[in-house]
Amino acid sequence: MSRGNGLVPSKLHGTDVLRTASVGLHTRKLRAALSALGIVIGIAAMVGVLGLSESSKSDLLAQLDRLGTNLLTVQAGTGIGIGSGELPTEAAGMISRIGPVEQTSTISAVAANVYKSDYVPEGQTGGITVQAVDVNLLDTLAGSVADGKSLDEATATYPTAVLGSVAAERLGIRDVTGTQQIWLGDQWFTVIGVLDEFELNPDLDRAALVGMTTAEEFLDHEVVPSSILIRVDPAFVDEVTSVLAATASPQNPEEVQVARPSDALEAKEAADDAFTALFLGLGAVALLVGGVGIANVMVISVLERRSEIGLRRALGATKRHVAVQFLGEALLLSAVGGIGGVALGWAVTGVYANVRGWSTLIPPIAIAGGIAAALLIGAVAGLYPAIRAARLSPTEALRSA
Amino acid sequence: MTFIVSEERSVPAAGAEVVLSLHGVTKEYPTTPPVRALRGVDFAVARGELVGVVGPSGSGKSTLLHIMGTLDRPTTGDVTVAGYNIKDLSDKDLSALRSRHIGFVFQQFHLLSGYTALDNVADGLLYTGLNVTTRREMAHRALLRVGLGHRLDHVATKLSGGERQRVAVARALVGTPSIVLADEPTGNLDTKNSEAIVELIHQINDEGVTFVVITHNPEIAEAFPRTAGLRDGRIEYDTGERR
Ligand SMILES: Nc1ncnc2c1ncn2[C@@H]1O[C@H](COP(=O)(O)OP(=O)(O)OP(=O)(O)O)[C@@H](O)[C@H]1O
Ligand SMILES: [Mg+2]
Repeated sequence: MSRGNGLVPSKLHGTDVLRTASVGLHTRKLRAALSALGIVIGIAAMVGVLGLSESSKSDLLAQLDRLGTNLLTVQAGTGIGIGSGELPTEAAGMISRIGPVEQTSTISAVAANVYKSDYVPEGQTGGITVQAVDVNLLDTLAGSVADGKSLDEATATYPTAVLGSVAAERLGIRDVTGTQQIWLGDQWFTVIGVLDEFELNPDLDRAALVGMTTAEEFLDHEVVPSSILIRVDPAFVDEVTSVLAATASPQNPEEVQVARPSDALEAKEAADDAFTALFLGLGAVALLVGGVGIANVMVISVLERRSEIGLRRALGATKRHVAVQFLGEALLLSAVGGIGGVALGWAVTGVYANVRGWSTLIPPIAIAGGIAAALLIGAVAGLYPAIRAARLSPTEALRSA
Repeated sequence: MTFIVSEERSVPAAGAEVVLSLHGVTKEYPTTPPVRALRGVDFAVARGELVGVVGPSGSGKSTLLHIMGTLDRPTTGDVTVAGYNIKDLSDKDLSALRSRHIGFVFQQFHLLSGYTALDNVADGLLYTGLNVTTRREMAHRALLRVGLGHRLDHVATKLSGGERQRVAVARALVGTPSIVLADEPTGNLDTKNSEAIVELIHQINDEGVTFVVITHNPEIAEAFPRTAGLRDGRIEYDTGERR
C-alpha cells in the first residue's frame, strides 16, 4: 500500500496483459508451438474420445429408435434338463392372447442342410441353417430385403427360399436373378431374395428361410416353434416379460428363455465405455506431460529473459506485473494448446463418425472441460516460473545480460 | 587535469530544484568476503543538469546507477528521487516512482527483438497507466526527437547498433521523467555511433532533460557540463556545473 504518497502502481489494461504475455510466443514461435503440442494431444484425445462415445451413443439411440426396444423373444432351452429345443405348438397362440402383445412371429428350426449344388459333399454346409418362418418375420424384426423379395403367402408354399446376408455370401449369391437354385434338404429350391443384416437377431443372417407350409410339404417338417418373436406395447414390456415364460410353456416355464434383443446392443455400448475410460486416462497422462513441457519451457524462458525482466522492472513493472506476464504466457500457451486440441479432437471425431456413418456430436462439456483443463494445467505449470521471475531482483536481472 | 574535490560542489546551487540526491550512501554486497561497492557517496543532481560519472571498472558506477535508479536500496544512507525518500517507499511504490520519474538507458540497449521501434518506445510507458493510443502517439514523437522518424516500423533486430541505442534513448525520454540514467550508453557502439549518441544526449539535455551518464571514458565524461569521478566506491572529484 502506498501511504498517501501519490505513488500507485498502475494496473495494466487487459489488452496490455495479453500483449506482454504474448511476447515469448511472438519471439519464439516454434518453441511455443512445440511446447503447446503436449496439451494439444492430451485435449484432442479427451475431446475425441468423448465425441466418439457421444456420437456412437447417439447412433445407438437412433438404431434402437429404428429397431424398437419392444421386441421380446422366447426360445426353447436346449440341453439336458433344460429342454428339448422345442416350444409347445400352441405357444404362439397363447402369447398373442396376452393383452399388450401386438404381433408374434414363429420360427421353427428345420433339420435340413443347404448346399450350393448337389455336387457339394455331404457335411460341407458352411454353417447355414434352415429355418421355417412366418411371412411376417421381416416386419416383426424390422429387417429389410437387400435384393429380390421376401416370402409372402404364395411363395411360402413353394420350394423357394430367402437367404440371410451371411448365408447368401457363403452360397455365392449376391444379386437375385430369380433363377438361382440351392440344394436344400435333397431338392432344388429357388432363391427369391437376399436379406440385409438383422440387427436384432444376427442368428438369422446365417439361415436359409422357407415358409411354414413349404417346410411341411417339401421337407417333411413338423412345425414346432423353436423360438417366437413378440412385439409388445412399449409401455408394457416389463409386464409382458414377466409372464412370457409361463404363457409359452405352462408345463415347463423354466425351460423357456425370454430375452430382449435390444439389451444386447446396449450392452455392447457399455463395453465401449470401458475403452472411453481408458482413452480418457491416456489423454490425462498426455495433458500432464504437456503441463510439464510448458513448465519446462517457462523455466527456461525466465532464465533466458532475465534482461527483459530487469528492463521491465526498470520501466516500472511491479513484481506482480512480471508474475502476471509469465503466468499469462503459460496460460496463453495452454489456451492455444487447448483450443488446438479441441479443434483436432473435433476433426478426428468428425472424420471417424463420417466413416462410420454417424452424425458428429461433441458434448459441450468436453469442449468447455477440455479448455478448462488446459488452462488449469497452464496455471499450475506457469505458477512456479512466474514466481521465480517476479522474485528476481532488478539489478541481478540487468547484470546477467 | 585537476579537479576540485569538494563536498559543497556535490550539492547544486541554492535555488535549483534537486531531482536526485544521495546522502551518505554505502552499498555492501553480502558476499564472502563482503564487497563494499559504495563507501559513503554524497551526490545531488538538479533539474536540467547533464552529469558524467566516470571511473575505472569495478569502481562502483553501476552500483551507484542502480541505487540512483531505485533498482536497489543502499545499505546505509539516504536516497531522494523527485522529492521521495526511498526509505519511505515499498517495492511497489518504487516501481511506480520509476515508471513516472526515472528513465534508463543501458549499454546492451535491452530492446524486445521481435517488436518495432515504435512498440519498444511505447513500452517505456507501459506501466504508467496511459492507454495504448496515447502511448504510441508519445512514442512516435519521442522517436522523432531522436531522429528516427523514418524507422518507426522497423523491427528492433533490423536496426543498427546506433539506431537501437537511439530507440533506447527515446524509450527513456518518452515518459518525460525527472531524470534519465544512462549506464555506459556508448559501451557497445563504435566511435562514430558513440559520438552520435553523446551528441544526441547533449541535444536532449539542451531541451531540458536531466541526465546522469555513466562511462569509463574520461573524454566523454569531461565533455559534459559536470563531471564526477568515482573510485573505490567514493566520489573522488565533482566539477559541479562548469557553465
Ligand atoms: N551483485 C553483486 N554481488 C557482489 N558483488 C558485486 C555485485 N555487483 C557488483 N559487485 C562488485 O561491486 C563492485 C562494483 O561493481 P560495479 O558493477 O558497480 O562496478 P562498475 O564501476 O560498474 O564496473 P564496470 O565498469 O566494470 O561496469 C565490483 O567489485 C563488483 O565486483
Ligand atoms: Mg558497470
